[in-house]
Amino acid sequence: MDSLLNPARPPVLCPGCAHERITHTLDQAFQNMGLAGHQIVLVSDIGCSGLFDTFFHTHAMHGLHGRALTYAAGLKMARPELNVVVTMGDGGQGIGGAHLLAACRRNLNMTLLVLNNFNFGMTGGQYSATTPPEARLGSGFLSALERPLDIGEVARCAGAPYVRRCSGYQKDLALLIQEAIEYDGFALMDIWGICPGRYTKKNRLTPKMIDEALAQRPPLNGIVTENERPEYGQHYRRLAAEQKNVSAPAVIEPQFSAPQKGRQEVVLLGSAGQRIITAGELLCIAGLTAGMQTTQKNEYNITVLRGPSISELILSPRDIDFTGIETPNVVVALDQEGVDRRRDLFQHLTKKSLIIQVPGVRLPDSTARIHQVDFKARGIKRSDWALASLAVLAGHNRVISADMLMSALKVKFRGDTRQAALSLVNQLVTH
Amino acid sequence: MTATSGPGISLYSENLSFAIGSEIPVVIVDVQRLGPSTGSATRGADGDINFLRWGNSGGLPVVVLAPVDVKDCYTLTLHAFNLAEEFRCPVFLASNKEIGMTRESIDLQQLDIPDIVERSAARADQPLLPFSVAPGKHVPDFLPIGHEILVRQTSSTHGADGYITTDSAAIARNQERLMHKLLSAVHRFSFHEHYGVEDADTLLIAYGVTARAAKAVFKMQKRQNKSISLLILKTLWPVPQKIIRQAARHVKRIVVVEMNLGQYKHEIKRILPRKSVSFYGQMDGRLITPDRIEEAVNG
Repeated sequence: MDSLLNPARPPVLCPGCAHERITHTLDQAFQNMGLAGHQIVLVSDIGCSGLFDTFFHTHAMHGLHGRALTYAAGLKMARPELNVVVTMGDGGQGIGGAHLLAACRRNLNMTLLVLNNFNFGMTGGQYSATTPPEARLGSGFLSALERPLDIGEVARCAGAPYVRRCSGYQKDLALLIQEAIEYDGFALMDIWGICPGRYTKKNRLTPKMIDEALAQRPPLNGIVTENERPEYGQHYRRLAAEQKNVSAPAVIEPQFSAPQKGRQEVVLLGSAGQRIITAGELLCIAGLTAGMQTTQKNEYNITVLRGPSISELILSPRDIDFTGIETPNVVVALDQEGVDRRRDLFQHLTKKSLIIQVPGVRLPDSTARIHQVDFKARGIKRSDWALASLAVLAGHNRVISADMLMSALKVKFRGDTRQAALSLVNQLVTH
Repeated sequence: MTATSGPGISLYSENLSFAIGSEIPVVIVDVQRLGPSTGSATRGADGDINFLRWGNSGGLPVVVLAPVDVKDCYTLTLHAFNLAEEFRCPVFLASNKEIGMTRESIDLQQLDIPDIVERSAARADQPLLPFSVAPGKHVPDFLPIGHEILVRQTSSTHGADGYITTDSAAIARNQERLMHKLLSAVHRFSFHEHYGVEDADTLLIAYGVTARAAKAVFKMQKRQNKSISLLILKTLWPVPQKIIRQAARHVKRIVVVEMNLGQYKHEIKRILPRKSVSFYGQMDGRLITPDRIEEAVNG
């Protein structure tokens, strides 16, 4: 195959830069693989490694510093047939470290070439995540304080199934790059090289010294057997194909007429585990069966299994403009936590308002009419009190009728749950 | 499409600038929560309205649509995709906790669903200049990365060929185009509702969930034979100046209501320098009630 190097834009790197050697080696690997430009996308990071996309006649994506792996992931998901090759420096690894971890854990079939030259070269030779502590760089003593990151070791620990640590001066580098690109999964090569423009101004580093330093590390030579597993994209597509389509929203035709004509505001005040939100939804569905417009707003703590649980419902024969509740027609007080969270509400209640209260819940003063129901004494579980309250409302023909509620239960529930709910409601409505 | 709230938009900022400069279509839903910063996870506000417009490096325009209710969330999202495809830019949906976490009945049959806009594809029989624009157009045509024709995408300041450039004339032309492509077209997507007569004494302007309370006030005031009109803006950026000027042409005073301490009111004042513009804002995690708006309207 022909070279994929772009004759119109030859490499513009400093004389002696390892990147230039790697540019030609990468081109050699592409040629060995017989790839055409349109079968490859080069995703380049920022810095000198970010110039790579301009050197090649391939598809190109040059984005933001540290983020190259994120664009690469999107491209590979959208175009699985593309060979996605990412070039990043050690600087980008420090900036986008979490993306590196995600890429290793995810295992998409793409190749990351880390052009590791131990400093931020383009910006003036500042220390990076891989700078050895003894190096002298533009960051003063700061580079002596942090322990350098072993990118290959991190990648192995994060689950990359193919990791190689090597020198940019190895004779077989083109073959190794080819092997990494051909690996069916995420392949990372930590390629060590020399930055003559910045790093070796004050630090001695030669290809031989790189070989010696590499020899002192535990080797990383490609496949990491314990991390081998299905490739993410293929796995994703298989699982996605097994998913059921989302069902269309239920269409609820009006068949009843609501007991009261105007806008009705209801607030359910309870606590976690009382199925307050479900009861709120049932009240809205019941409203829909009478052709009402409905809104539901819920409030509960982020720790969902503890704390107040509140549902605000509006049922109206006309469009609901303002969705806030100011003077509720009905307040259902099932737990102290819910009541305490909305104490302000009670001063706005009028003589026409109705409160359904269970024993033991203390209410702030108000002018509302209070209807006490001891669900516990009737042997009803605490988790059914909210539903039972709707039955009490329906029994009084307040906001909803029994027909509306029964019909809502049939929309919402199936099987045993439906039977249990219907029988609970039946028992309370008829008494 | 991606969805987040203010803290997430902060993190998106660098890639939003990338999407603007590199003309990458994106739809971003911002379900605004009370800020600043982490703020209140389940309290609403419209505090990001200026942040969405100006939270990018370079200051070039984006599209911001503001839904009022669940119905708008559905239809404006469709419009957002169409606009992102047509103008190749980020399009925001400026929602609010009070919209995103409110369930509501809707009649699917009554929705005004727009046709889907297909991408305008570049010719596939010649090398592609990825950022060249055909005569009479403001937006480059697409080809996908992975097509047989090579495609380049870059965050660097680029010429038509998608390579970094230092040609100041080419740079200036491109920046102008990125601005002009949206500002010259906003009249085609100035979503809004206007109620009442043009020569009412007072024009009430609102957007987002606050528009619902404003509508309740408008209806109440009409029942009392008060001279009022209501403009609900659903396109906030670029500013739909024509619509605002038209609605304000004959009114004596304007009342702007926002669920923040005053952001969009500056745009209204900028467009209507000779009109009396008063403002009511609230930023405490609660909805602005019709009572508060009525007080502001009654002065």
